[in-house]
Amino acid sequence: MLVLLGVLVVVAGFVLRVNPLVVVAVAALVTGQAASWGPDATPETMAAAALATVAALGKSFNDNRYISGVWLVLAAIGLMERAGLQERARAVIGRVRAATVGRILIVYLGVRQLSSALGLTSLGGHAQMVRPLIAPMSEGAGEARLGKLSDAARYRIRAHAAAADNIGLFFGEDIFIAIASILLIKGFLEQNGIVVEPLALSLWAIPTAIAAFLIHAGRLWLLDRSLAGPAAETAP
Amino acid sequence: MITLTHVYLIAGLFFLGCAVLNASDASNPRRVRTALFWGLLSLSMLAGDRLGDLANGCLVLALAGLAAAGLGQGQAGATPQEERAASAARYGDLLILPALIVPGVALAGTMVAKQTDWGARLIDPAHATIVSLALGALLAVIVLVVWLRPPVSAPLREGRRLLDAVGWAAILPQALACLGAVFLAGGVGDAVGALITQYVPLDTRTLAVAAYCIGMAFFTMLMGNAFAAFPVMTAAIGLPIVIGQHGGDVAAVCAIGMLAGFCGTLMTPMAANFNVVPANLLELPDRTQALNGVIRAQIPTALAVLAANIVLMRILAFPS
Repeated sequence: MLVLLGVLVVVAGFVLRVNPLVVVAVAALVTGQAASWGPDATPETMAAAALATVAALGKSFNDNRYISGVWLVLAAIGLMERAGLQERARAVIGRVRAATVGRILIVYLGVRQLSSALGLTSLGGHAQMVRPLIAPMSEGAGEARLGKLSDAARYRIRAHAAAADNIGLFFGEDIFIAIASILLIKGFLEQNGIVVEPLALSLWAIPTAIAAFLIHAGRLWLLDRSLAGPAAETAP
Repeated sequence: MITLTHVYLIAGLFFLGCAVLNASDASNPRRVRTALFWGLLSLSMLAGDRLGDLANGCLVLALAGLAAAGLGQGQAGATPQEERAASAARYGDLLILPALIVPGVALAGTMVAKQTDWGARLIDPAHATIVSLALGALLAVIVLVVWLRPPVSAPLREGRRLLDAVGWAAILPQALACLGAVFLAGGVGDAVGALITQYVPLDTRTLAVAAYCIGMAFFTMLMGNAFAAFPVMTAAIGLPIVIGQHGGDVAAVCAIGMLAGFCGTLMTPMAANFNVVPANLLELPDRTQALNGVIRAQIPTALAVLAANIVLMRILAFPS
């Protein structure tokens, strides 16, 4: 049970907002120490265990380099951005003349899921899309339909714009075969002597993606009704 | 044959280029640290196999130290908004096409390497996905350079701009995979599994599937990341009980289990980049609270999708 100290380190690290890379390193060292602790432990064996943990960390980092090989695509994505891909993507979304907050966010949810499923996870994002585009578009649609928004309604719409981005990303990206989480599953299973194809894993992500779209689109439809409710009462 | 070694070589050169560009960018207030960070990652890519385990471990600790000290982001290299808008207007919807090259080549390369003899001689079938993805990235860069004629240094400068925007988080998935390996070696999965099997009855398929999915979501909330929770929970319940004892399909259990973890990510402030960063960006008044507006907007969907995952895994992983 002592090895669960490493898990506690992770929790404490996140609560205290320590850099996650440091948390990972400390949690690994603590787990290594806890695993080798016992009645026979001496300073020498504990020091040897610390070195062994660092070496294990290094071996695993070296074996898992392929996970970070994915960043090569940034050169291609960066070139596309330079050529105006984001502006074009915005224009394509902007052409969808949806009149309500819910419909805009449902369209964005779907686009985010589909583009993430193609591996284009960097097409969305909170800094790139939500703040400059999706949140203002949603607020604008709300104002056009409901008149002046209360602060509570405005912040609720903004929070939902960010939520649509996260949910679209999470339940879209695993359909792409080369996303980090799929590769992590593959790597973990290989360490346990099981070989699976990334394609097999990504196919099993499709049912959940459909369920997530239906569930969240339904909630966004309800959001429209709930936003319209109180505003309709206060209307003259 | 093109193998991972070639990918590491190209990735290593890419990170090295990013390090050099940062080192010579006076607009980055922390250019030395940032250059060292990408330089060390480049060293790992180019020479990791020759460094030895202990040196690699020290490299990881150094990367963590640099990240904690703080990396910077330079201003050099970004093209002005007007230039991009003009370019977007000039090339029109055709610009969407090169965006399809990377996923297209990744998918086609993987299938060719697995299904055909000539493909297997061209692309290492053992790592077909990563190798194909790197090939797709290279092909997209070549197509864009030939079509749009940007300056020769543009691919590296643009890639470096995005890489610096990602920052130290770029190696977090790799580092979390390492932590998972250390947890595994230390027996954390066994300890968690012992705790759960001691207190939770897992003798039917439905109970085992529910315990695995809820455990993934809960552990992800604690760790802030499904990547860290997956090796622990899968070693504790997924592999031995859902797959081993009850005979669930490996791919379906693991794929849906990871997605159950993502439901946890939606509900925790510890997933800072997804749940806290946007609250700050959107200037929500409750952004410093544990359950800010973004998380509250996500919780009902997260719980409903978690329930859907339990049902889906129960049905899809046990077809008979």
